[in-house]
Amino acid sequence: MQKIAVEIPTKTTQPLIDVRDLSVRFVSRDLDIRVVNGVSFSLEAGGALCILGESGSGKSVTLRALMRLLPPTAQLGGDIVIAGINVKSLPAQDLRSIRGRLISMIFQEPMTALDPVFTIGTQIAESVVFHDRVSYSAGRQRALELLELVQIPSAKRRLDAYPHELSGGLRQRAMIAMALACRPKVLLADEPTTALDATVQIQILLLMRELQRELGMATIIVTHDLGVACEVADDMAVMYAGRFVETGSSTDVMEKPRHPYTLGLLKSTVHGGMRGAELDPIPGAPPDLADLPPGCAFAPRCPKHEPQCDGQMPAMVEVSRAHYARCVRLNEPA
Amino acid sequence: MSRTASLPPGADAAILSPLPDRGGPRQPILIAEGLRKHFPIKTGLLSGPPTSVKAVDGISFEVAKGETLGVVGESGCGKSTAARLLIRLIDPDAGTVVFDGDPVGVTRGISIRELRRQLQMVFQDSYASLNPRLTIEDTITFGLKANGIGRAKAVAQARRVLDLVGMSADMFAQRYPHELSGGQRQRVNIARALALEPRVLILDESVSALDKSVEAQVLNLLRALKAQLNLTYIFISHDLNVVQHVSDRVLVMYLGKVVEVGPVEDLYSQPQHPYTQGLLSSRLSMNPRQRISRPPLTGDPPNPINPPSGCRFRTRCSIAEAVCGEREPALARVRPDSSHQTACHARNAGSGHSLSPPAA
Ligand SMILES: Nc1ncnc2c1ncn2[C@@H]1O[C@H](COP(=O)(O)OP(=O)(O)OP(=O)(O)O)[C@@H](O)[C@H]1O
Ligand SMILES: Nc1ncnc2c1ncn2[C@@H]1O[C@H](COP(=O)(O)OP(=O)(O)OP(=O)(O)O)[C@@H](O)[C@H]1O
Ligand code: SF4
Ligand SMILES: [Mg+2]
Ligand SMILES: [Mg+2]
Repeated sequence: MQKIAVEIPTKTTQPLIDVRDLSVRFVSRDLDIRVVNGVSFSLEAGGALCILGESGSGKSVTLRALMRLLPPTAQLGGDIVIAGINVKSLPAQDLRSIRGRLISMIFQEPMTALDPVFTIGTQIAESVVFHDRVSYSAGRQRALELLELVQIPSAKRRLDAYPHELSGGLRQRAMIAMALACRPKVLLADEPTTALDATVQIQILLLMRELQRELGMATIIVTHDLGVACEVADDMAVMYAGRFVETGSSTDVMEKPRHPYTLGLLKSTVHGGMRGAELDPIPGAPPDLADLPPGCAFAPRCPKHEPQCDGQMPAMVEVSRAHYARCVRLNEPA
Repeated sequence: MSRTASLPPGADAAILSPLPDRGGPRQPILIAEGLRKHFPIKTGLLSGPPTSVKAVDGISFEVAKGETLGVVGESGCGKSTAARLLIRLIDPDAGTVVFDGDPVGVTRGISIRELRRQLQMVFQDSYASLNPRLTIEDTITFGLKANGIGRAKAVAQARRVLDLVGMSADMFAQRYPHELSGGQRQRVNIARALALEPRVLILDESVSALDKSVEAQVLNLLRALKAQLNLTYIFISHDLNVVQHVSDRVLVMYLGKVVEVGPVEDLYSQPQHPYTQGLLSSRLSMNPRQRISRPPLTGDPPNPINPPSGCRFRTRCSIAEAVCGEREPALARVRPDSSHQTACHARNAGSGHSLSPPAA
């Protein structure tokens, strides 16, 4: 059995997740793009952060960077410290020992994470055996406990089910069980309920909320669905062109959005009872990441744009307690 | 892309030869009758008789010209399978499809090739439906060239439709699928479907990977295209707000069956089937102070290999009675003068359910 190279401390004084100035740049023969451009945040154990934002703004890449799940063309900058471990500079051969134990991820499409040729029980048990260095039968016992934890009915029987034999909701639960197999301290979720119908979606979200409370995990969830964000996240970060442009509590961001991009995003969201109405998208297109403007990346599309926006990237400004936005025109009336 | 519903200059100039309206305005563009698809499951020698997933189990509906039919239902209830039956990517076990008056897949009916030119589908899995070895431009021109369009014209059309979906051709045409984000890939799929200038577009979860602003752009675009080109849409989605926004009528599926169908206003304001009611009350509030603390509907949809007898929803239904396990409820009108229909014993007159309305 392989030796586990990284010891994961049980207690640290710093926040559980501390990300400083994270950058990701993809460089290959015919491409050079800066996809994440200085993302900083911290998250305590038990906290839940939601990352919202433009398609292509770097949300998934940010999550993958935390797991170090990026292709070799990706160049990482900045710092990623999770539970005191410097994840960013961990040698490649040690990554396997943090994935699953320190940090785990659930994806939108469970079929990509579950192996179609093994039963759910086998897959979870093997992951437990690898990380916890226990016997196969102990791993199997733990698999059963996990299926019960994620509220899969007749869990014992489902241990022997293949992924394709489960409904979408059960499969998503199985994937959460798999992600929780080794009691990670951090759970990342990339669009975890987009593929589910609303009746099952709310069940999964309630489950995630419950697990986070019971197990004290930190959760980072990426979604386009403001309803999902409001349902599970304490804090929100709004991302644009590889940077956070607004962060704060969910209530502050939803009720008092300050960055023009956030305002545009909220305005373009389809609510109930808008049948047939013309929607109000943000005009223009996101910037070319290979050629970002020197100033505010949102400037070319911003209704409040003025010359000083183009000078340099605006700094994050605290607009009210623990509510930040990156815009030079924050002090003016909306 | 502009923020209003008007199309960019030149967008409505058809490149391909326009498709004729054969049946006239009153002829439904699509009629599905008794469609059924069961997928056989391989079983081991010792694990009992061969069995199958009852993915689509006898569904009938019509789509009028120029309308948008929204389709909702749980994950795995057969929405994508139904769509794939409509475009004949798979053959039905039973049932017929009639396209603008012409039966599909029979001698003297419309050929599959012609059908696919008129009826395009944007697939749910944006990644799997793009060839990883083709650039975005080649992906879009591929289908055009297969339809006999010359290279130069095909490239022009590819650049035009990329523009339509808000992706600059200069930035993206030469990229490969893995170099795009999820939302960008999905827009390429929409562009590819539009490139053939079809009359009917089936959109299977086509906006769910998009951010809200791009979603709004795409929805505005779909609306504008529909108005200008008299397109018909079948819009499959889990997002109930979006379905309400785009649809004229909505069809609700549960475990391979249609359980409710009707005009969007009626269905959203007075949902009849207990599943539709649970579905609509599971919508999230978009207000962090108003979180849901108990799921409106518990339990998971049962296994489609061995669906419950009678009404397939009865295992999760709070008003199920004996009759629900004995007989399958038929899709029937909610009121004699209404096109709103549901399949529930509690709503259908004379079913024997204690809540059933008196026969008219
Ligand atoms: N392996 C890669 N090589 C080159 N570019 C990439 C790679 N992976 C992602 N990108 C680019 O990085 C940017 C950010 O991608 P990412 O997947 O993080 O977007 P996202 O915010 O998750 O968007 P979405 O909401 O559409 O999923 C995109 O512009 C994408 O085209
Ligand atoms: N080729 C296949 N072989 C076997 N079973 C299949 C096949 N395709 C689909 N199924 C099964 O048929 C059922 C219906 O699947 P379908 O993809 O149509 O559902 P859906 O309503 O589109 O779900 P979702 O909302 O998750 O996309 C599911 O149980 C699915 O597992
Ligand atoms: S037929 Fe019976 S079980 Fe089915 S939805 Fe109606 S009341 Fe419930
Ligand atoms: Mg993403
Ligand atoms: Mg589907």
